[in-house]
Amino acid sequence: MTTITRPDRIDRGVGADPIRPDAPPKLRGEFAYSSDLHAEGMLWGATVRSPHAHARIVSIDVAPALSMAGVHAALTIDDVSGSRVFGLEHPDQPVLGDGEVRYWGEAVAVVAAEERETARLAAAAIEVTYESLVPLTDPEDAERIGSTFRTIEIVNGDEDARGEVVVEGYYEVGQQDQAPLGTESGLAIPDGEGGVDLHISTQWLHADHGQVVAALGLRPDQVRLHIAGIGGAFGSREDLSLQIHLCLLALYTGRPVKMVYDRAESFVGHVHRHPARMWYRHEADRDGTLRRVEARILLDGGAYASTSAAVLANACYFAVGPYQCESVVVHGAAARTNNPPAGAMRGFGAVQPCFGYEAQMDRLAETLGMDPVELRLTNALETGDHLPTTGQLIEGSLPTRRVIESLRDMPMLDTTSGDPRRLPGGTGLTTPPSSVRRGIGFAVGIKNLAFSEGFDDYAEARVTLTPEGLEIHTAAAEVGQGMVTVLEQIARTATGIESVRVVWNDTSRIGSAGSTSASRQTQMTGGAVLAACESVVAEALRRADADGIDNQGAWRDGDLVMTLPELLAEGPIEHLERFRHPQTELPDEHGRGKIHAGYAVAAHRAVVDVDPDLGLVRVVRVDTAQDVGRALNPASVIGQIEGGILQGVGLAIMEEIVLDDGVMKNASFTDYLLPTILDAPDVEAILIEEPDHWGPFGAKGVGEPPTISSTAAVAAAIRHATGKPLTRVPVRPEDIVGL
Amino acid sequence: MIRFTVNGAERTADPVGPESLLTTLRDRLGLYGSKDACEQGECGSCSVLLDGELVCSCLVMTADTDGSAVVTVEGIADGDTLHRVQQAMAEGGAVQCGFCTPGIVVAAAHLFEAHPDPSEEDLREALAGNICRCTGYGAIVRALGALSERAE
Amino acid sequence: METARPTHLDAALDALDADPDATILAGGTDLMVSVNYHALRPASVVGIRRVVELQEWEGRFIGAGVTYTRMEHGPIPALAQAARTVGSSQIRNAGTLGGNLGTASPAGDALPVLAALDAKIVLRSKGGERTLRWDEFITGPKRNALQPGELIVGARLPESIPPRQAFAKLGIRNAMVIAITSCCLFREEDGTTTIALGSVGPTPIRAHRAEEMISGEADPSPAAIAEFGRLVAQEVSPIDDHRSTAAYRRHASGVLARRLLERVLTR
Repeated sequence: MTTITRPDRIDRGVGADPIRPDAPPKLRGEFAYSSDLHAEGMLWGATVRSPHAHARIVSIDVAPALSMAGVHAALTIDDVSGSRVFGLEHPDQPVLGDGEVRYWGEAVAVVAAEERETARLAAAAIEVTYESLVPLTDPEDAERIGSTFRTIEIVNGDEDARGEVVVEGYYEVGQQDQAPLGTESGLAIPDGEGGVDLHISTQWLHADHGQVVAALGLRPDQVRLHIAGIGGAFGSREDLSLQIHLCLLALYTGRPVKMVYDRAESFVGHVHRHPARMWYRHEADRDGTLRRVEARILLDGGAYASTSAAVLANACYFAVGPYQCESVVVHGAAARTNNPPAGAMRGFGAVQPCFGYEAQMDRLAETLGMDPVELRLTNALETGDHLPTTGQLIEGSLPTRRVIESLRDMPMLDTTSGDPRRLPGGTGLTTPPSSVRRGIGFAVGIKNLAFSEGFDDYAEARVTLTPEGLEIHTAAAEVGQGMVTVLEQIARTATGIESVRVVWNDTSRIGSAGSTSASRQTQMTGGAVLAACESVVAEALRRADADGIDNQGAWRDGDLVMTLPELLAEGPIEHLERFRHPQTELPDEHGRGKIHAGYAVAAHRAVVDVDPDLGLVRVVRVDTAQDVGRALNPASVIGQIEGGILQGVGLAIMEEIVLDDGVMKNASFTDYLLPTILDAPDVEAILIEEPDHWGPFGAKGVGEPPTISSTAAVAAAIRHATGKPLTRVPVRPEDIVGL
Repeated sequence: MIRFTVNGAERTADPVGPESLLTTLRDRLGLYGSKDACEQGECGSCSVLLDGELVCSCLVMTADTDGSAVVTVEGIADGDTLHRVQQAMAEGGAVQCGFCTPGIVVAAAHLFEAHPDPSEEDLREALAGNICRCTGYGAIVRALGALSERAE
Repeated sequence: METARPTHLDAALDALDADPDATILAGGTDLMVSVNYHALRPASVVGIRRVVELQEWEGRFIGAGVTYTRMEHGPIPALAQAARTVGSSQIRNAGTLGGNLGTASPAGDALPVLAALDAKIVLRSKGGERTLRWDEFITGPKRNALQPGELIVGARLPESIPPRQAFAKLGIRNAMVIAITSCCLFREEDGTTTIALGSVGPTPIRAHRAEEMISGEADPSPAAIAEFGRLVAQEVSPIDDHRSTAAYRRHASGVLARRLLERVLTR
């Protein structure tokens, strides 16, 4: 890292909590989300979807739609001139139903009309004849017949290692939905020359671009994707939803086309977390040393590949957790079924095994008569150790013991209040204080940072110094996490220049920043911005023959030798950086190799009040210690922690997509329950800062670790309060009551 | 033809059939601040004041609002000056993706108008109809709680 | 779409008489969900939220236009407890007693209170007024006895309402939930007890055998209270659905019944 000489410490740089630049327009209701966009002459799009989980498409008759006044287009797969399939990892999903539909809600046709209501009626008027087929809905059946997207076999360590004590268990994680408040939406505007501009909410502009270009059969420069305001993502926007559809309609009609999914459609319009079934066998010595872990992990990938291969990989690689273990055997499979497709959700395959392995660790501790936290400390994985599944050497920081001990030693804040709203049942008045049992649970989790398995993971950023200050150009998606603020802070600290703004570039103006996922953007785009800033500063110092710069200009030996306008008289200073993290590789046939770019660990301690007679749970507190490398914006880090913990709480006690023969029974916020403000626990967080081996200022990604072990901690606390084994999340009242 | 006031200004609207006030505000009147996260009354992102009452605009039929006064998020700030609820949320890191933010701004501004000294539990109960998926509500409660006259 | 926005009952009844198929709109909290998601497109609407007579809350007569917010701050504790659990403040400001009755959902939050009080539902049309007992008005899940041209004017509660009263609603989270089970209990000083439960049958259920048993106990022992709970659990008819199971609802009914009785006895 370059050391830069500058006269003053910079305000609103790294380590501060400046107001995010997009806060005022968001607070005023003036921030343009993709659902707020509009254009002159705009048409509205709507989608026809399959009512069957599995069916042959016999015929599609769009004539009734086209005969309606105000309808400009009714398109099917035969209107797709480029690739008929798309997909983030494998292009296997038809752009529109192609002979067969494979999940309930699959898109079959799209229409465009003058009014939104007309589009809805037109879509309803299209006659699709189906021949219903038997849906494959059980992932175990699917695995048995070889209907899988990927299988993984991991064998590592001494195969003969055995422990004196054995604990076996079977665990399940239900299907969680990302449920971002902003639904799928966008606006496509044809350019009149055969190309199109798409304004879209997405996590990865360039990945969308590639798939859209392929489907439209156009040249890359004919399609430009622009990032629109995003109402949350959490993995739901990694795969395409309406991108190709919008462009098809816009190009066909020659008019701008807008589409907004309502909440019910949004539930089928994006992928969901993989439900998991896990069989575990832990063997340990009497002193708690883990000798052997065998795991069989089965994920239900649903109908199309999406990112199942990578999610399964994570689930298998993290099957043991943040622990050393002498011998590991993991068998993993991602089943292909006729359930709605599963894909990326915050935690990306590391959440499910954590529920399993932490339950196992608690049972081991109980069998050994050992303190559960002590058992974790005994086996904690640290820098210099090897991940027990892949054998990869942990090169960056991994302060697992310090995380665990800090949380263990955090005083338990007493948040007992007499207010009945704090009891299980809240204002429902179901539960007198005498019926409450309190429980405490502890869990630790590990997550990889950035992309893995040899993926060429990079982020481009361009930094330009003008007389007005610095511009950061990026195609990275700001989904709410606060990257926009952190990039400005990095640039201020790196250059000493106060005036910084981020400029969102479309796909034609800059290369890929990679996905806003895998907790990677601070390290990746942040890393690119830092490197670009350093190059810009170096060039500025060279131009001015100076040893420092800041807002006022260039300095030499404490004297101002050039103002910024003078420095830039010959033109702006600009640098384009393509930043990569340390190389990773594909696993060998035993699942071994240098798979990951980096790791982060976090621990959670949950306090719950349970009404055992009714099975109601109030999560009182979830405290945490998290390995953050360096907190570039502490308020944003806390924001990711509190938000992630609540999503973990949701998975623990209330969030699940209910399927019946492949059909979603609760595709609405009435019946898919998100935690409200009255369900939120108090949170106290300790940020453990041990700089990582790459990334700006040693920062690590912080978005996913809060979701990895928070669910497991809450489940452990409920077990403690009730004595019930509770091997499935979300825990339902019936499970606690035992009915 | 509906005649009402929106943020103090006289407006007219021609709702199509039973369309909701949310649809009218967004798609007819160009007021996109109120949000459409669920259109079922389960998230509060469309919250407005209708004749001084906090309601979900997705559940109001525009045809039934003739003569009413509507206040949306766009009407909360005083010109360039943010309402103290907005200022507190900006300073307190209580905005992430911001999709829930307009609903919370309207609900909180309305709460403090009627109850200047809510306890933390009162504040939470008042905002129980506003779902946030990003923040975990922590920063929201801290930022808004500090505005209560009860706060130290 | 034709819209009428009467401010007085006569005008409202005239409008319904002229157009018996008109859709009645009060707070909109149920209706607009159907508009937004189930393609409900009425040809005509009579909006009744301005009708002054429906806003009345006079003694034991609660107008159909009274909102949950008003019930929440009103003088009947069990009704206030029930109203407080409805949705959110946004919903409570719009939703009405008449709407709860009109929708007649088995999970309607105010309905167990009306049922436990044997409330009478007052209906009026241009042709006149009639009064039905709550269980004559609610005829099945989301079915009621309203005739075309008729409006729910309000609910009439008994003159004497026992001060010993309690309500509880069970849901998976602490706000905006449809009840998995709800329960309302009143007990007079002479021991006469009524109990009604929601979400455990096609309509709100009165547990008559349980009521009879506990009404005969002037000073119920723990064993009697437990028996009361068991009898209530036997008398409900819950189903399995995506929210919960019949077995759990039956169990929860017994627990809530017992707890509400204990709650009123400790006053």
